[in-house]
Amino acid sequence: MRTNKVATSKGDRVYYTICYVVTIILLVTVLYPLIFIVSSSFSSASAVSTGKVILFPVEFSTLSYRTVFKYKDIYTGYMNSLFYTVVGTLINVVVTLCCAYPLSRKDFQGRKVLTKMFTFCMIFSGGMIPSYLNMSNLHLLNTRWALLLPGAMSVYNMIVTRTFIQNSIPPELLEASQIDGCSDAKYFFKVVLPLSMPVISVISLYYAVGHWNSYFHAFLYLQDKALYPLQLFLREVLVQSNFDASMMYADGSEVIEQRQGLQELIKYSTIVVSTVPLLILYPFVSKFFAKGVMIGSVKG
Amino acid sequence: MKQTSRKGTFWQRFWKDRQLYLFMLVPVIYIVVFEYVPIAGLSLAFKHYMPAKGIVDSPWVGFANFTKFFKSYQFGRVVPNTLILSLYSIVASFPVPIIFALMLNSLDRPGFKKVSANIVNMPHFISVVVVVGILMQMLNPRTGLYGTIMMKLTGSYPSDPFRDASLFRHLYVWSGVWQGFGWSSIIYTAALSNVSPELHDAAQIDGASRFQRVIHVDFPYLLPTIIIMLILKCGHVMSIGFEKVFLMQNTLNLSVSQVISTYVYKIGIAGDGAASDISYATAIGFFNSLINLILIVAVNKISSKVSETSLW
Repeated sequence: MRTNKVATSKGDRVYYTICYVVTIILLVTVLYPLIFIVSSSFSSASAVSTGKVILFPVEFSTLSYRTVFKYKDIYTGYMNSLFYTVVGTLINVVVTLCCAYPLSRKDFQGRKVLTKMFTFCMIFSGGMIPSYLNMSNLHLLNTRWALLLPGAMSVYNMIVTRTFIQNSIPPELLEASQIDGCSDAKYFFKVVLPLSMPVISVISLYYAVGHWNSYFHAFLYLQDKALYPLQLFLREVLVQSNFDASMMYADGSEVIEQRQGLQELIKYSTIVVSTVPLLILYPFVSKFFAKGVMIGSVKG
Repeated sequence: MKQTSRKGTFWQRFWKDRQLYLFMLVPVIYIVVFEYVPIAGLSLAFKHYMPAKGIVDSPWVGFANFTKFFKSYQFGRVVPNTLILSLYSIVASFPVPIIFALMLNSLDRPGFKKVSANIVNMPHFISVVVVVGILMQMLNPRTGLYGTIMMKLTGSYPSDPFRDASLFRHLYVWSGVWQGFGWSSIIYTAALSNVSPELHDAAQIDGASRFQRVIHVDFPYLLPTIIIMLILKCGHVMSIGFEKVFLMQNTLNLSVSQVISTYVYKIGIAGDGAASDISYATAIGFFNSLINLILIVAVNKISSKVSETSLW
């Protein structure tokens, strides 16, 4: 911050105005669709299907949410996604740390070969078909493991973690603890783990968002609807407009036109319901995320 | 560099590091089973896959699967589609975060800057299914905003933009810009926060306007980061992700939306399951991975020459 300000010239004022205007236009572009979705989800079916919603809810109604909460698929998907996110992230973090810690130790014998072995997977992979056949040979298709085991560790996140450990924990600590007779494992639990909490929180968040948002593995490996994560049900509802009518119209009284209105309506509330957990979390963790980008950009 | 542990035989050193190796056990098993076994499975690309015999015992066919792909009319379709889509993505999505970061950085209200940065980052956390869903809702020709506006302006409902092949690329790319520009700007904003204030002060004393300072102080400072990011992006030019393209694909836009990854899926997994197609799909995937590998290695070489920054 400069304290002694020079009086702003006319040219600068024009420049600042342009900056503010363009920034605000960008902000509106980002925010408007989100506001539109939320407003629509709180409007009535007829207001939505006749396009009356522009900015604020029209004919305020919570019908959309009442229907969504009755929609059993969404509930199943929600619970499954919660499971995959929590268990998957736990596995991710454990495997990542187990890999990052030895590779961060410059005195570790196998360091170079193993690092190469892992980074190679970052730039080359077997691809869709061999992975699919592999999962099939391992009898993991159509099981919950199919969403937990492949991708149990992202090499990129592992390198971020390794770099963090290397850069933020002074090597003198290792020497001192080795002189005191501390074993490699003990050093990990007593020194590395407590000091790595910032990077652990960053990668956990990366992993968790990834689990919550991805649909590709589930789409490829799962057939049983009971195992579907939320994103697959969302794909059915939002993209394919594929509804299970029996779940929406328990009373069976609606006429076709109302059904169509309700289908449009329910799309908005599913978007909100599925995205809200992340967006609520977001303001609290945005600092960590931005930090993660920076940790990742420093090469070890 | 000389290491303190460089004494003793291989096994003595191995024994000394036994606990570290124990840590590595799970990650190594993981990487072998879920990464290297599929890489070995790429041998399928040179075989005629017979499910009854398995991958190992299926007969070799040499490069037959590759030549089949190069000769097929799909080759002239999916490869250009992939390239055009990702080049368009790079061209459209690359400048926006830079301009945004430069503008935001030159503003003098910390509160406004912080709130703006938080808002534009938000879409990054929305899943691709939801982004496509939002796009479809907004652009719905009857119930969406697009339909409503066109109805008011022209008096009739427009046609569905998602069914118009000529619009597929624009929709794909610009929704990507919407989702990603805020997040991509973080790295530039962070770099800009390191510009020393003395440079600005000196320029200001010399009578430089704020805009001139952006061009002559901020931008040059950002240039190395810009070059690295651009090079890295070019390394991924053949690796268009499956997820979003597949969601936006329909029978009417296949001529532009069929990219390599979705085509591999179509013949290898979604197809009627003719076994020969599996090795054919593997070959196409292999071809794609190989190009990616070459591009990334080449780009990394350039990057380390230009900026002394490399991936490894």
